Amino acid sequence: MMELFTLVWSWLHTEQPLSVFVFTMIKIALVVLPLTIAVAFYSLWERKVIGWMQVRKGPVYVGKGWLQPFADVFKLLFKELVIPAKANGFLFLLAPMLTLVPSFAAWAVIPFDAQLVISNSNVGLLYLLAMTSMGVYGIILAGWASNSKYAFLGAMRSAAQVVSYEIAMGFALVGVLIAAGSLNLSKIVLAQAGNTGVFEWFWLPLLPLFVIYFLAGVAETNRAPFDVAEGESEIVAGFHVEYSGSAFALFFLAEYANMILISFLASILFLGGWLSPFPQSFIPQDASWLWLPIKDGWWWLLLKANVFAFLYLWLRATYPRYRYDQIMRLGWKVFIPITIVWVLVAGVMVYGGWLVAGA
Amino acid sequence: MTFSLLLFYLFALVLIGAALAVVSVRNSVHAALFLVLAFFTSAGIWLLLHAEFLAITLVLVYVGAVMVLFLFVVMMLDVKAQPVKHSGQQYLPVAIGVALLMLAEVIALVGVGELDDGGGIQDGAAIAGLSNIEWLGHALFSDYILPFEIAAVILTVAIIAAVALTLRHRPNVRTQSAPAQSAVSASERVRLVNLPSSTAKGQTP
Repeated sequence: MMELFTLVWSWLHTEQPLSVFVFTMIKIALVVLPLTIAVAFYSLWERKVIGWMQVRKGPVYVGKGWLQPFADVFKLLFKELVIPAKANGFLFLLAPMLTLVPSFAAWAVIPFDAQLVISNSNVGLLYLLAMTSMGVYGIILAGWASNSKYAFLGAMRSAAQVVSYEIAMGFALVGVLIAAGSLNLSKIVLAQAGNTGVFEWFWLPLLPLFVIYFLAGVAETNRAPFDVAEGESEIVAGFHVEYSGSAFALFFLAEYANMILISFLASILFLGGWLSPFPQSFIPQDASWLWLPIKDGWWWLLLKANVFAFLYLWLRATYPRYRYDQIMRLGWKVFIPITIVWVLVAGVMVYGGWLVAGA
Repeated sequence: MTFSLLLFYLFALVLIGAALAVVSVRNSVHAALFLVLAFFTSAGIWLLLHAEFLAITLVLVYVGAVMVLFLFVVMMLDVKAQPVKHSGQQYLPVAIGVALLMLAEVIALVGVGELDDGGGIQDGAAIAGLSNIEWLGHALFSDYILPFEIAAVILTVAIIAAVALTLRHRPNVRTQSAPAQSAVSASERVRLVNLPSSTAKGQTP
């Protein structure tokens, strides 16, 4: 049995087309399957958290609430997929997939631990920006192909909003790469390592960029309070108003995968990724497994991402929806000037030696 | 055959197919989407050449921003499939001429690369021992800083010109002042008045 395992393992590391393909597919499956399950339980958690905040209980019936996401998924899969008569059939079906693919593809460069990453690319940060900006195609096409006014209005709003907030997001990333001196996400995390733990991370010197990055991420994923793209009170459900069944499920999956992605990115870029918040001197250096939970490791990344994922739900339960022109004003007149100024400040800090990567 | 060669043939095939589809499909939205596919596959080919920065920038700028605006415009237009009137036959000689010229240029470029002393195009990043993006950054901001800055100034001028051309100051237009809206207090909006009851106490109307 062991020999067979070693044989397969060594075959996977050969450079033949088939072995490279199979090995990559295995790595992708190891990220995508837990992600899909995380999306399912994130939707449950959302309903529970918002329920508790509004003094309700949330889902309690299907498996005491725990099996509610699976009930939702199977309900959606068994429902009829209605294609409107005047819709552009091919694009109508292509749009959900175009939304889903970039939101999953972006996970290729996310480092979960020091060596735990599908592609340790040197342009990881740019790749992420490219992938998140491609998600807008699915939304625009869904809105246009549905041949419905509500859907089209939602798509227009969403496209303008995503393109606007991408600029603020990009500038926030520029600040991070100035501080870290690299576009490689693993190196960005390692640039936040240091002796004082939590105070070495980029959230402190880049605090305005950190706040703006997360808020722009909320706007980029079209979530409350920036969810005018699907504002129920104005345009029913926005770009996916004509979708039902499994096609709607794909939009849902992509939206929640994007939210989890933004949560992970905010943790990686500003909160030190898998690094432990405790100072080096606090952590005993013996090999005892008892101290493992407070040493560096992927569990810290998951914990930090969970905090941001919770923040998404908290924002949604707390704030009323922004008016559309106020969203645009916030993006262009508030966020972008602040990020431009702070990119300059970050440059000065690095040039003056106040901010040293990995010190 | 290595995996990257296999990928190259796949990308090249998709790229040629997408480029042909851009000029041959009737629906302009479909044509724009095929252009997106062409950009994306050529970015894939550049990635195979280890030109990581260029490839990702192509996706980021052209696919992520320019083509989104293209789609915006195309969708706003009346996009009924164009009926075949004369299928552009009067442009055919010009098209063939342009295509032949571009072919000659590509062949000349390949010839220059072959004539190079190393028997191929020099990879500056590999020589310097840096990653592609680091090498590009060093080259752009040290050796080519002046052309880079000139390009930046030209783009800024273009932005300002575009804004100046579209900006119209119309008098007598009612607009909202966001700072004034944010600074409003309850006392400016609601006035609570203590009105005496019209019926006496204990009496039902």
